[in-house]
Amino acid sequence: MAKNEVNAVRASSFSGKRRYWNNSRKEALFGWLFLAPELIGMIGLSVFPIVFSLYLSFCEWNLVGGLSTIQFVGLDNFAALFHDDKFYMSLKNNFIYTLLVVPVGIFLALILSVLIHSRVYGQSYFKVAFFIPYISSIIALGAVWSALFHPSQGPINQFLISLGISDPPKWLADTHYSLYAIIIIAIWAALGYQMIIFIAGLSNIPDELYEAASIDGATSVQQFFKITLPLLGPTTSFLFITTLMSSFKVFDLIAFLTAGGPNNSSTVLVYRIYEEGFQNFRMGYASAISWVLFLIVGLLTLLTWKLQNKSSIS
Amino acid sequence: MNSTRIQYGKLVTTVIMGAVSVLFLIPLLWMISAASKLEKDVMTYPIQWIPPEWNLIENFKAVWLAKVPFSLFYWNSVKLAVIMMVATLIFSSMAAYSLTKLQYKGRSFMFALLLSFMIIPQEATLVPRYLLLKWLHLYNTHAGLILMGMFSIYFTFLLRQFMMGIHNEFIEAAKIDGAGHFTIYWKIMLPLCKPILATVGIIKFIWSWNDYQGPLIFLIKQNLYTIPLGVQLFRNDYADNYAVLMMASLAAIIPLLIIFIVLQKQVIKGIALGGVKG
Repeated sequence: MAKNEVNAVRASSFSGKRRYWNNSRKEALFGWLFLAPELIGMIGLSVFPIVFSLYLSFCEWNLVGGLSTIQFVGLDNFAALFHDDKFYMSLKNNFIYTLLVVPVGIFLALILSVLIHSRVYGQSYFKVAFFIPYISSIIALGAVWSALFHPSQGPINQFLISLGISDPPKWLADTHYSLYAIIIIAIWAALGYQMIIFIAGLSNIPDELYEAASIDGATSVQQFFKITLPLLGPTTSFLFITTLMSSFKVFDLIAFLTAGGPNNSSTVLVYRIYEEGFQNFRMGYASAISWVLFLIVGLLTLLTWKLQNKSSIS
Repeated sequence: MNSTRIQYGKLVTTVIMGAVSVLFLIPLLWMISAASKLEKDVMTYPIQWIPPEWNLIENFKAVWLAKVPFSLFYWNSVKLAVIMMVATLIFSSMAAYSLTKLQYKGRSFMFALLLSFMIIPQEATLVPRYLLLKWLHLYNTHAGLILMGMFSIYFTFLLRQFMMGIHNEFIEAAKIDGAGHFTIYWKIMLPLCKPILATVGIIKFIWSWNDYQGPLIFLIKQNLYTIPLGVQLFRNDYADNYAVLMMASLAAIIPLLIIFIVLQKQVIKGIALGGVKG
């Protein structure tokens, strides 16, 4: 009898356990387990670092002496930014870069994609041809351009000399032109990406619209301005946002080709972070610049999310 | 009559665009041409597109048998790109599966939270991530670099979009057959997601292969270098030998060109996916 009771208790507690791990609890457990690696990874490698870099930005630390030598200095790093010509230079260069790369790139890509989408034979050849630089290693492409831009022997300057320009710019080695040389390469390398996004947007526009318009006698220029351009609005704003943000994060070409020079003429925010953090080992100061970058990019992102939400509601 | 006129216009545009595309590709054509020349012929002007004297094999040897261990860099790049690709596919698809097909409290909040992490630019966290790797004793190791490249909210987002389109009947049927959540993920969801996994995988491979910032900051030992750092070494060591530098650059690009030409539809679709979501 007692044995039976014990068994009954066991059975009930067992079934109680089973009831606790019922299907929906089990599903929730698996939900969290499947999400965990990504979540922990992002928190560990993105959220914790940005918070930690905020702390570091109020400190002075050269890394060598270990954690105990971290010195809290309050707003000193940010105050120092205001008197740092290199920082101003990098900020200015980021703005010049953005103001040129974003509109020029998008404008060229728009023309290119409209032509390729509907006005040429052999569409896939053109897609591939213009897309190749985008998938290629930017460092390898940079190496090619460093030869093309060679001040005395490079084909670009030899061409300019043959046109009668006796004293062409020294491009990457020229304080007045280094940033613009980088900009030319950047626009060239990203054009294929923007073109592909535009072509995807164009193929979402129904052909009937154009047929109806041409029956009504609209010229192709009118069709472009009245149909293509307005309906490409979301695509254009997407490209605008992504290009804007990536242009504030530009680093590879500059680090590889000019190291921010000559004489800091092509330095940008991320290059300043690299220089202060990993060459001068001023971790606090590099973190302060990082936070300026984060605030700029973060604000731009939030702004564009707001704009997008508004436009999708209306 | 009307249609032939339009076709004629299209032909003219094609020819013009063809010329523009050649002009656009001149840097790459120049690279190929220079990589097959003697150094003394590289910078001659007007440009001799066909080398007057072929030096392709010698330049090839100079890159692959140089004191710079280029083949080791190649192997490092392949290894890292493949591991990061597989890891990203696994973690992103797991998260996407959780966010679409498993019901639990807080799921939509977690998705919003993950999305909000997207505003943190990787470039702004270089310093703390460098310190993190130092503390984990993973600085200057491939493992550290892999750790940095395993997680991606962007790819999770793309996979989630795709999984939302998969009917729940597949899952319900498997549940009736007694399959657990892991079996459903592994045996049902992943096979159904093959197209998007292929697309995401190719793009991740290309990005990892081309990554310059990560290896530049998180690696110092030369035998750990990847291809972009290898090209940089050639640029420093062979400052005045553009023929060899162009050969090294060509070697960095060729695997990507092959992948792209073979899988162009997948690549182009994958890139366009990011744009369509709006």
